[in-house]
Amino acid sequence: MRVTFTVNGSEETVDNVWEGESLLYVLRERMGLPGSKNACEQGECGSCTVYLDGVTACSCLVAAGQAEGREVRTVEGLAGGPDGSDGLAGDQRLGPVQEAFVEAGAVQCGFCTPGLIVQAHALLERVPDPADAEIREALAGNLCRCTGYEKILDAVRLAARRKAAAE
Amino acid sequence: MAAPIKSPGHVAAPGLGGVGDSALRPDGTLKVTGEFAYASDLWIDGMLWGATLRSPHPRARITSVDIGPALAVPGVRAVLTHRDVPGRGTFGIDGADDQPVLAVDQVRHQGEPVALVAADHPETARRAAALIGIGWEVLEPVTDPRAVVADPEGLKVQGLGGIARHQPIRVGDVAAARAAAAVVVAGEYEVGIQDQAFLGPESGLAIPAEDGGVDLYVSTQWIHNDLKQIAPCLGLTAGQVHMTLAGVGGAFGGREDLSMQIHAGMLALHTGRPVKMSYNRQESFFGHVHRHPAHLRYEYGATAEGRLLFADVEIVLDGGAYTSSTLNVTGNAASLGVGPYEIPNIRVDAYGVYTNNPPCGAMRGFGAVQACFAYESMMDRLGAACGLGPVEIRRRNAVKQGSRLATGQIIEAPAPLADMLTRLEAMPMPPERDTSDLRGLPGGVAQTTHGEGVVRGVGYGVGIKNICFSEGFDDLATARVRLEVIGGEPTALVHTAAAEVGQGLVTIQAQIARTELGVRRVVIAPADDAVGDAGSSSASRQSYMSGGAVKTACEAVRAELIALAGRRAGPAGRVPGDLTVAGGRVVSRSAGVLGTIAEILGTEVIEATREFHHRPTTALDPVTGQGRSHTQLALCVHRAVVDVDVELGLVKVVELAAVQDVGKILNRLSLEGQIHGGSAQGLGLALMEEIVVSGGLVRNPSFTDYLIPTILDMPPMRLDILENPDPEAPYGLRGAGEPPTLSSTPAIVAAVRAATGRPLTRVPVRPEHLVTT
Repeated sequence: MRVTFTVNGSEETVDNVWEGESLLYVLRERMGLPGSKNACEQGECGSCTVYLDGVTACSCLVAAGQAEGREVRTVEGLAGGPDGSDGLAGDQRLGPVQEAFVEAGAVQCGFCTPGLIVQAHALLERVPDPADAEIREALAGNLCRCTGYEKILDAVRLAARRKAAAE
Repeated sequence: MAAPIKSPGHVAAPGLGGVGDSALRPDGTLKVTGEFAYASDLWIDGMLWGATLRSPHPRARITSVDIGPALAVPGVRAVLTHRDVPGRGTFGIDGADDQPVLAVDQVRHQGEPVALVAADHPETARRAAALIGIGWEVLEPVTDPRAVVADPEGLKVQGLGGIARHQPIRVGDVAAARAAAAVVVAGEYEVGIQDQAFLGPESGLAIPAEDGGVDLYVSTQWIHNDLKQIAPCLGLTAGQVHMTLAGVGGAFGGREDLSMQIHAGMLALHTGRPVKMSYNRQESFFGHVHRHPAHLRYEYGATAEGRLLFADVEIVLDGGAYTSSTLNVTGNAASLGVGPYEIPNIRVDAYGVYTNNPPCGAMRGFGAVQACFAYESMMDRLGAACGLGPVEIRRRNAVKQGSRLATGQIIEAPAPLADMLTRLEAMPMPPERDTSDLRGLPGGVAQTTHGEGVVRGVGYGVGIKNICFSEGFDDLATARVRLEVIGGEPTALVHTAAAEVGQGLVTIQAQIARTELGVRRVVIAPADDAVGDAGSSSASRQSYMSGGAVKTACEAVRAELIALAGRRAGPAGRVPGDLTVAGGRVVSRSAGVLGTIAEILGTEVIEATREFHHRPTTALDPVTGQGRSHTQLALCVHRAVVDVDVELGLVKVVELAAVQDVGKILNRLSLEGQIHGGSAQGLGLALMEEIVVSGGLVRNPSFTDYLIPTILDMPPMRLDILENPDPEAPYGLRGAGEPPTLSSTPAIVAAVRAATGRPLTRVPVRPEHLVTT
């Protein structure tokens, strides 16, 4: 089948999609966007979290056909844009949550990181200054095996402070 | 053939930061933007997808194989069985060679690979694999490891056994000590099967090479050890298998053994096309070894004052059907079986056995974790019998520098365990229970209590872990460092085969190069086999070993740079020891600054490749268990505070505090992450993580049913990190990744015992072990 949806601001069409493919598979294998991760593919780990029409979802649990005509935003779409410099390597400016994850030491193997960044981004859009208990509740669906979560909490607190200072 | 479109690349270390600074990860930006190329992200035009047919039975004979129905599926390009293995039919690590590439005439554990399919689409490959017709003659599985110890000949699951290894330790006269002891306590303990549960599934890409070989892009912990196993099975020379580390989504021991490497290579060679394989989570539970489950029987005797007189210990570790790292796990369980305590009379018998249960091998802590839960439970039991608290009973028996371990090995480096316990006890306690926010109580966001039935407990745990490879293994690491001017700036390129698995080795390598060479810009090359062996990212050894190799190679480059400056300076530069590198310049003590590194180098390129070895160790005596078997030992101590709902059997860990001696902090940010993460895995073993097996079958191969700690389960942590340097180690460092995984488990269980009064002799603790009704 053919599927058309908007991903990170631009409309994309993919052909020859098998009906059983997930949105995650189409993003990773057909659209060249492997940032969303395939840690469990059963909706338990949150590593594939994307925005679907502005609401976070596990893209492994969304059939590709369900994305037809909708707006998807992945971790690749959260960077600030091609201009500007952040003093870090890479050719794109990082969003505040991405920057905070690097600086706070919240990234180790990094496989959970894209999903956590999307989920933390959504939290801070909703609650600019979350208490620790709110951060924990918001990120409870995102498994991390490396960090013990302490630095992830640090990163979300740092991103919240940075966003507040910038506004 | 071309490299994959998405493939591992060089990473440039941003900003500053030498040894001791909290430098940021050079791969951090790639990882937060989704650009980092993990093994499952690799993609190349025209690639096929591989799938594996696995045994549904823990033990069965194969009476027939019919690949016809699978071959008939449109889109299927190959269906392979053991008859298609081009070379050796078996492989293994740590000297073992008993793991079939594909099952021949029988299977010995559920999930054992039987056949392979390559197809245009992953789902086509999976469905075709399910159509392969296998005739099974199901056999009764051997599932009781203690029965194997009692009857190793009668309960052989494969040619090797039986018992894979029995390592005794005999020190002093246990019988006489028992007669003299004022206090004797005994306990039996059980440790369930823990899974590494790394998030990045086993994945990789195999591309047929022009020389008839194969290019492999995979996630592994040890490139050169993989190659040693892969090439013979593929019928290729070592030079025909080219291996590059693809991005690794965590490892924790679970990538020491091969998973899809040979299989993808077979499919690629057979079809002449690139083949990608990527396990889903269920297959991942069958695609790697787990932590050995253990039965442990302990008896301790002491004086009335609580000074240990003897330990009598039996440990049985279930390795499953194939050897994997069972020999070394058993050795560790024996040599560290009574922990960091001075005990004059010791009898230990550690057994690693073969069964038809899930295969087990390396996981963070490697044999020391299982013993630690038992010996720490024993210390609490002994303390209670002697009327001493948990800290005092440990302090009275604690090892120190100069103490003798069970193996007779003298601890030569600082080991201030008593001081660490004193510091731990003095750390501030968390606030009293706050019932105004129910999310902080057991049951958490499910709001199962308002505080009624909730009891608080405090517990302590101590662990000792060997760092680097032990028992006489010639442990080495190699590094190549190249210094040249690029774009006007002196740049160090660091190239090793060492696996970055998330632990932050690439960060440390860049810090070492900056410190040793005085440059700002460091580039880390992808790990591959174009440089010598780095050894495994295991045993908390890479900061020590590959860090040591990078340091040594940098010293050689620096010496060459100084020699170059000396030649340019004429007679003034020929005074030995007169020149140093400082602040990005080469400086003469007598003649001042000779120039910046860039000026001295000009168009010259300086490159050095160096091997690093740690001090040799010795084997354990097979009868007495004596030997200087470990090159370095590391201590960590934990205090846990828990709230337990004794009506519902729910536990909330309120706080974990830890004191760890790391010798030298290379990068505090990264180190804290290791201690937090290691503690979290210990929390998982204490309270929730277990592969449940019955009749040799895994009952919970998913993240729905195998639970790992979430951010709601992990409490805030307090850390006190000590730096008592080990003079034998680079910068005085002590490996740090594993020790916290040992001690957090017994600390948490001790805290739950303190809250409930229950004996709690197995981990993970289950709700039914806690409820009072």
